[in-house]
Amino acid sequence: MSSGNFPPDVSPERAQIAFDLRDVGIRFPSAERSVIESVSLQIRRGEFLSIVGPSGCGKSTLLKVLAGLLKPSSGTVERSMFAGDSNNRIGFVFQHPTLLPWRTAAGNLQLPLELGRSRANRRLADDECGDLLRQVGLRPDDAGKRPAELSGGMQMRLSLARALALKPDVLLLDEPFAAVDDLLRIKLQEDVRRLHEERQLTSVLVTHNLHEAVFLSDRVVVLNGSPARLVDSILVQTEHGRNAEYRDSPEFFDSLRHVSKSLFNVPVAESVVA
Amino acid sequence: MKSNGQRNVNSGSQPTSVAVGDWAAPVIVLATVVIAWDLLVRSGGISPVLLPGPQSVAAAAWKLRSDLLSATARTAMAASVGLGLSIVTGTFLAFVFSQSALIRRALYPYAVLLQTIPIIAIAPIIIISFGRGFLSIAMVSSVISLFPIITNTTTGLLQIDPNLLDFFRLNGASRLQTLLKLRVPSSLPFLLAGIRIASGSAIVGAIVGEFFVGSGQPGLGAMIQRKSAAFDLSELYATVLTSTALGTAAFASVTWLGGFVLHRWFGMSSAERT
Repeated sequence: MSSGNFPPDVSPERAQIAFDLRDVGIRFPSAERSVIESVSLQIRRGEFLSIVGPSGCGKSTLLKVLAGLLKPSSGTVERSMFAGDSNNRIGFVFQHPTLLPWRTAAGNLQLPLELGRSRANRRLADDECGDLLRQVGLRPDDAGKRPAELSGGMQMRLSLARALALKPDVLLLDEPFAAVDDLLRIKLQEDVRRLHEERQLTSVLVTHNLHEAVFLSDRVVVLNGSPARLVDSILVQTEHGRNAEYRDSPEFFDSLRHVSKSLFNVPVAESVVA
Repeated sequence: MKSNGQRNVNSGSQPTSVAVGDWAAPVIVLATVVIAWDLLVRSGGISPVLLPGPQSVAAAAWKLRSDLLSATARTAMAASVGLGLSIVTGTFLAFVFSQSALIRRALYPYAVLLQTIPIIAIAPIIIISFGRGFLSIAMVSSVISLFPIITNTTTGLLQIDPNLLDFFRLNGASRLQTLLKLRVPSSLPFLLAGIRIASGSAIVGAIVGEFFVGSGQPGLGAMIQRKSAAFDLSELYATVLTSTALGTAAFASVTWLGGFVLHRWFGMSSAERT
């Protein structure tokens, strides 16, 4: 993991890169073949990137590599968003809320502040806690409730708030809305995009929901094949904000068509990533 | 052991939701058995010398009531101390076991010995080592009730949501932080399930211990031994039934207590959580 200040000879262009993956391959010791092969990908600061692909293709594995939870078996991963701060500034949202059931909402938000050696065991002030809850669409008086007293959607929101508790630069989302109903998913998507913009995050979302990917992202990359490679990279641009209007716009459907085409017509050829 | 733990986690909430109907079925079974027993003895199907009728057993129980009461208290005391010892040692050993797979491989077979050595075989050895007194009886009770606590708690310490483990790693949690803030609290329902299983065994162990210590002991085990030696069947049956009632009461109270603790711990009963 690279951390600390940039060396002075780094070009401003280079400094705009949060993640730089070169020829990353992942192979589990027990498996016969690689899960992922020669993936090269640069993720810019402030970018919202989605990784789409069929179930089991290694999307989540790739996200774990970005998080530093998994070392690639080949290739290199440079993570340069930690400038000037030695703390690990990554917020991670799992597919399930992954909360501690014996802690209240406030206690769960407090958890990341209690972990790690270098971190001063800072307490989350009540108003900070209330702010976090409000930002993800919960009420400050939910702070005293335990996960069992919250609905599935509220638990997911709490999980998102917990990922933001340390004011991360990077938000990694592993199919966070897969288990919630459509209406709630749309609401959560809008909230995530809003938080991404307000907090100037670099966000990476893993999903198999193409609508979701196109709605949220500035760029969608398609992972496909076995072992999986990056087969396409699609820029999603819009003059709209990311809102209901955008969901109905021709440009949304253009991008959607493009993504689904490259997902379903698996090219046998080499990686064509721009 | 996994299924044990989980089954007990779920049923741990039963005491908070017991309805009248839950009691009706076992009471009907009990009444049926007593009536059948009475009819069998009255009809001369079994000689009252071999099987005294329920009235005669009830009369013997009434006659012995003060002896039975003090013997029950004594046995309950020995079993509580034995169970307490098991909880302390079992939890400690579970911590040791949870530290590495190598430790588990090396020590687990010897933990299984606790379960497979017949208690009748080690009770005399313990009595010879620790003397013919209360301590020996508590030790026998402890040896027989230790295994479920070790295995359940070890399972609880190890069987952690992998996403939560990732979350702790991502936030740089130390081994100790992961143990104290994640593994220990997660294993609480498993420990409670282990105590539940162990509670009945602890009573059996205390009675076996008393049986071997024999004369001069006021506990239920010694009383069973005396009545059986004197071939006083009505009084023997009364004592045996009292022992059974004690075992059932121990199991029921530990179950209730476990449900209560879980309810406080998770803010809601586990049935409501799922």
